[in-house]
Amino acid sequence: MTTYPTSSCETCPAFNASMLKKMGVNIDNTDYVIALAGNPNTGKSTVFNALTGLRQHVGNWPGKTVTRAEGGFQFNDKTYKLVDLPGTYSLLSTSVDEEVARDFILFGQPNVTVVVVDATRLERNLNLVIQILEITDYVVVALNLMDEAKRHGIEVDDRHLSRALGVPVIPMVARQGQGVPELLQAIEDVSTGAYQPRPYRIQQNDPTLEEALNKMIHAIEEQYPNLPNVRWVALRLLDGDASIEQAIREDRLGVLTQASQSLSVDNVLPLEAVL
Amino acid sequence: MSQNLDILRTAEQLRTELGTDYREKLMESIYSNATEITTTSVTYDSKKTTMTFDRTLDRALTHPVGGFLMMGLMFFAVFWITITGANMPSAVLSELLLGTVYNLLHNFATLINMPLWMSGLLIDGVYLATAWVVAVMLPPMAIFFPLFTLLEDFGYLPRVAFNLDRLFARAGAHGKQSLSMMMGYGCNAAGVISTRIIDSPRERLIAIITNNFSICNGRWPTLILMGTIFVGATAPPALASFFAAMSVVTIAVLGIIMTLLVSWGLSKTWLKGEASVFSLELPPYRPPQILQTLYSSIIDRTLIVLWRAVVMAAPAGAVIWLISNVMIGDLSIAAHMVNLLNPLGVLLGLNGIILVAYIVAIPANEIVIPTILMLTLTLGNNIAGAQPGVMLELDQTQVYNVLTQVGGWTMLTAVNLMLFSLLHNPCSTTILTIWQETKNKKWTVVATVLPIVMGVIVTFSTSTLAHVFGLV
Repeated sequence: MTTYPTSSCETCPAFNASMLKKMGVNIDNTDYVIALAGNPNTGKSTVFNALTGLRQHVGNWPGKTVTRAEGGFQFNDKTYKLVDLPGTYSLLSTSVDEEVARDFILFGQPNVTVVVVDATRLERNLNLVIQILEITDYVVVALNLMDEAKRHGIEVDDRHLSRALGVPVIPMVARQGQGVPELLQAIEDVSTGAYQPRPYRIQQNDPTLEEALNKMIHAIEEQYPNLPNVRWVALRLLDGDASIEQAIREDRLGVLTQASQSLSVDNVLPLEAVL
Repeated sequence: MSQNLDILRTAEQLRTELGTDYREKLMESIYSNATEITTTSVTYDSKKTTMTFDRTLDRALTHPVGGFLMMGLMFFAVFWITITGANMPSAVLSELLLGTVYNLLHNFATLINMPLWMSGLLIDGVYLATAWVVAVMLPPMAIFFPLFTLLEDFGYLPRVAFNLDRLFARAGAHGKQSLSMMMGYGCNAAGVISTRIIDSPRERLIAIITNNFSICNGRWPTLILMGTIFVGATAPPALASFFAAMSVVTIAVLGIIMTLLVSWGLSKTWLKGEASVFSLELPPYRPPQILQTLYSSIIDRTLIVLWRAVVMAAPAGAVIWLISNVMIGDLSIAAHMVNLLNPLGVLLGLNGIILVAYIVAIPANEIVIPTILMLTLTLGNNIAGAQPGVMLELDQTQVYNVLTQVGGWTMLTAVNLMLFSLLHNPCSTTILTIWQETKNKKWTVVATVLPIVMGVIVTFSTSTLAHVFGLV
């Protein structure tokens, strides 16, 4: 009978929060790599600091984080490396910060991508979530700024949202640390495979688009049968994405079919282009 | 490999079938998907009129005319609080570090029979330069940074960017340049890195080259001191700090004007092109977390910036001591340099000492004022009893007396020093950062030399005008 309270505790997020060990910059040989993505100014750096114990400067303006910041934490005997990506509205354009985010999610192959979402501006934030779900299935949505949403009379049904997106959705007030234990549990569940995501896919308004996409996927799968991000690569190729075309020409996509970690991301601008 | 090219060929073919509006159609689908999910998961409480406070405040802060007035007022308030608040702690720190501790160190050196050249180099050079920088910089920074961070946390900076965006667009530059400019007010090297948020390489280069016109931490103390002892002193005592703050704001505004002018010039000549469109989100106003802000701005900004200044000041202190003590012929190296540069300095309404100080201070602008004082004292009549290479403990009245009586400074010298502080080469850290970000020699050189050229032109003009109108 003595085991009863223990097992009950094990599933309680409040208990598990005490299992969080912030490891700061100590991030060698971690078990899992977690990416932190989201629109600008949704509180990514606040979540980053809450998990790693680091003090990335948090500013209330978009574009504060332009490079990746990395930190580590330990939870339930597993170690995690957390990578804070620059905030972006979409992954379809070509600025340096968007490329850093996109390339890391695609080539860095994080085990889980946490998308921090502003509950007061859900619709616009979901555009990014939907795009990320095309790149990777392993997503946790951190529904942040719930206090502000409440103040403005906005109520978000997180369970419905989770069913619609097919991934865990965790309501949070990161500034006050609310929702951190639940977020940690969700990250663990998705990393270990305890939670099987059934990610939402873009529903094309135009059937010819869907048809072309399927043909494209078919063509890619012939060459790379195990490519996990095949839908995204297909979407980008139909758009004529030069960097993906380059990757195909150099046969670098093969890397994605193996379990690889964090390819280095080059931030230097091709300034020669303007001269 | 050939199969890889098959993929590209299929893509090419499908692209022609789909037509050019593929991206639009895809975005449309994504947007309508997002709308659908949102409408089923979000309910709005119609009783709470949403975000009225934010909207009203936004209307005032981003008003075409009122917005700029509020902006001026806000920054004036920040500088005024900084200038008045820093006076007392600065005096206490100088007394302690430059008086008590300095004397203790000298007594200790005598006690252990330290050779004179060594105590000179270590105590009068390295220690004094470092202590000066701490005493002069720490109090204003400890006030300025938290205030600035509070404004930032509250959500004011994006509104400033919004106001300035129209001006930047008209100058042919990217609106986000106003954000990298804001970063530059802390540190130009950080400002240069923050230009990464700008997608177009052309506009990014403009932002990098003009970032130096944002006055950084290293330069605020020079402006604040000059504003206080020269400009503020001309006003009645009750209004002194008001005038001092006004003069500093004027230089800062001049910096913004220079940024716009140079951006405009570059986008019409070397870096031709249209300004690109972008969307800037005005984030919600958030009540700043005061204690956390105080903590993080003191730890993350004040102490880190101060540490950098100290690391730079210590070797510079040794250099100052050496150039004023090593003799070539009858004169010290410093004296030779000053004599060489004096004609040019006078032409610019400055003097040779100021120019030498700016050369010594290339690694860190923080030590400009200490170097000027020390060289003025050792090369002129030595009224405060300074030995060569010793930076003295002086309060503000004494600084004023030394500069005017020994250095022969006038209001023109002070004003031109403020202008030159705005318009001169970036510090070595910033130059290195520009090189790392652009990987291009030409633009690094342009970003380094252009401000000096402008500084020479501007100070030469003011000095000529002042002489023509008989003001000096």
